Amino acid sequence: MQHTHISAKGRLFDLKLSELWRYRNLVWLFTRRSFLVTYMQTVLGPLWLLIKPLLTSVTYVVLFGNIAKLSTDGVPQLLFYLSGSALWSFFSSCVTDNASTFTNNANLFGKVYFPRLVMPVSSVLSNLILFLIQMLLTLALLLWYTLHGMAAPRLSALVLLPLLLLQLGALAMGFGIIVSSLTTKYRDLRVLLDFGVTLWMYATPVVYPLSAVDGPLRRILLINPVTAPMELYRYCLLGAGSVAAAPLVYSLVFTLLVSAAGIVIFSRVERTFMDTV
Amino acid sequence: MPSASGGVRKQYRLGVIDRSTLQAELQSRWAKLRGREDPNTRIGAETPGKRLSFWALDGIDLDIFRGERVGIIGANGAGKSTLLKLICRITAPTEGEIDIWGRVSSMLEVGTGFHREMTGRENIYMNGAILGMSKAEIDACIEDIIDFSELRAFIDTPVKRYSSGMFVKLAFSVAAHLQSEIMIMDEVLAVGDMAFQQKCLTRMREAAEAEGRTVLYVSHNMATIRQLCERCIVLDHGKVLYDGDTEHAIAAYLDQSLGGSDVDLDLGARSRPRQYTERAVTMTRLCLENKVTAVYVPGEELRMRLHIHVERPVPRLCVRLSVRTDTDVGLATAWSEPFAADRPGEMAVMLTLPAGSLAKGTFYASIGLCRRDEIGSMIPCDHITRAFRFEITGSPLWNTHAYSYMALPEMRVDTIK
Repeated sequence: MQHTHISAKGRLFDLKLSELWRYRNLVWLFTRRSFLVTYMQTVLGPLWLLIKPLLTSVTYVVLFGNIAKLSTDGVPQLLFYLSGSALWSFFSSCVTDNASTFTNNANLFGKVYFPRLVMPVSSVLSNLILFLIQMLLTLALLLWYTLHGMAAPRLSALVLLPLLLLQLGALAMGFGIIVSSLTTKYRDLRVLLDFGVTLWMYATPVVYPLSAVDGPLRRILLINPVTAPMELYRYCLLGAGSVAAAPLVYSLVFTLLVSAAGIVIFSRVERTFMDTV
Repeated sequence: MPSASGGVRKQYRLGVIDRSTLQAELQSRWAKLRGREDPNTRIGAETPGKRLSFWALDGIDLDIFRGERVGIIGANGAGKSTLLKLICRITAPTEGEIDIWGRVSSMLEVGTGFHREMTGRENIYMNGAILGMSKAEIDACIEDIIDFSELRAFIDTPVKRYSSGMFVKLAFSVAAHLQSEIMIMDEVLAVGDMAFQQKCLTRMREAAEAEGRTVLYVSHNMATIRQLCERCIVLDHGKVLYDGDTEHAIAAYLDQSLGGSDVDLDLGARSRPRQYTERAVTMTRLCLENKVTAVYVPGEELRMRLHIHVERPVPRLCVRLSVRTDTDVGLATAWSEPFAADRPGEMAVMLTLPAGSLAKGTFYASIGLCRRDEIGSMIPCDHITRAFRFEITGSPLWNTHAYSYMALPEMRVDTIK
């Protein structure tokens, strides 16, 4: 029979990952639910998933491509912005969704126990599904441009894509749950977050390529752990981008540290957050 | 032994969290860092009126064995729900340890995790998964769940179109079919129709008796506690007041506030609800006149002498007396006519209540003072819940289970044909 020991002093690395695995069914159900519920009682349904990034990209084409005349590494503008903004919105919505894990689910968490990590993991998963659907649009556009000789994807590098998405998901979840753990008592950080994420986007090569930036600014961009995956993604998909080993390794190590720290802090806080949230 | 707890305490802080809490927290940490005494604990100790925290549970030691049906009772704020929350792992204890053998399924509130937009069937899967079941386990019993809930016709309709009763039925049905060794319930049976309540109680008894599952049940409804539980724990201010068989526990709970004597009660020391701390008038003593024990025959008048300490004069004061049964069900309330308490100091009044309609049983009376203002509304001044107990020895032919506790006036008969 299963034995549970509850003690006032929790152990630091009591992460309950095996318990999370036992609840994988719940992870999937939450993922499915958030997907279904968003587009319930809408006429266009999941079509909105494609309309939103398309409209964003067209705005970028006008704003950054035609008015600001930023470089796109020789890639067709629409394709450049669409791929960048889709990947960024995957990352940023993972961060913001996870940042309110405790406050948004306080009602449910206060009534019944299940491994709290189920929530962050399922929110990353549902964002990943949204991203993959949006990627179909990118791929369709890519096919059209390739047939017309305006893009050259590196199909061999596409095998890196799952790894890259896993890394970005882990990084975003790590950041998000650190913020959510720190905001169960004082909510100041949450207020700052939306603004911070917007700023973060401009510090990431989303609307411009890394190759367009030189000098000290480039160094700042390389400190940003999202820069390298973003460039790698464009490199795989569009065959354009500055990819080097050092920033990628840095970004990977950063991800490992942040997600490990996130999970440890999260499982510390989840024991008693109901008293303060 | 599915559950054991040792020295469990749970502390909550009072007040809001803002800049000053951060400041206090930093002060405490800084003091600790330098090895000094924490300045904030001293503040708390010196001004007892302004406590910073309180113990919701204060040293609970319990062993609960497999297959037991345990009821947990106590006044509001006694710590019942906190105890369940700790066992369910919703929050962690501040001190002490709990050991649990087996899976715990909790139903702390109906429809936990139900999503309005999803159908009944989808919500069964969702709720089952939240409570720790795998898909295969839910597949195996989904038909039983739907049958039990009596909602087969509505099962593929979004639950936002359900009535609240249907909602509860569905939620309970899922919980009742969980494959867990320990079931925890907090007043889930308060809603739902009578027939369904009975069905649920039967189902929980069966679960305990036939399948050896352990049931922990918190309720204010003594009737369902009596029906379901064989053992009962009475909590009071975070401590175990009584632990043992249900009848004694219910008596202990209902009598916990009573003083030593049955007929001469010192009301001055008795605890009042929090809103009555500033009192213009205070009840100090209550005597049941010409009585050795508080036992009456039907039709006998209740004569009570009530002593009142007047702090500030009240021109029109009324006494309110509410009668509850020994199952803690409210029966009726009697008001006195207004009288003047216009001189500060001690005074006494004699109250006479013709209680002929109370047929038989043990009753608990709550007593209060109200001030009647210019426009006739009653403003409560003092109140003691379950101030005294009295018994009415009715006819042996009067069966309280069938006829309840009160007799209505005799019906008039006119022969028509």
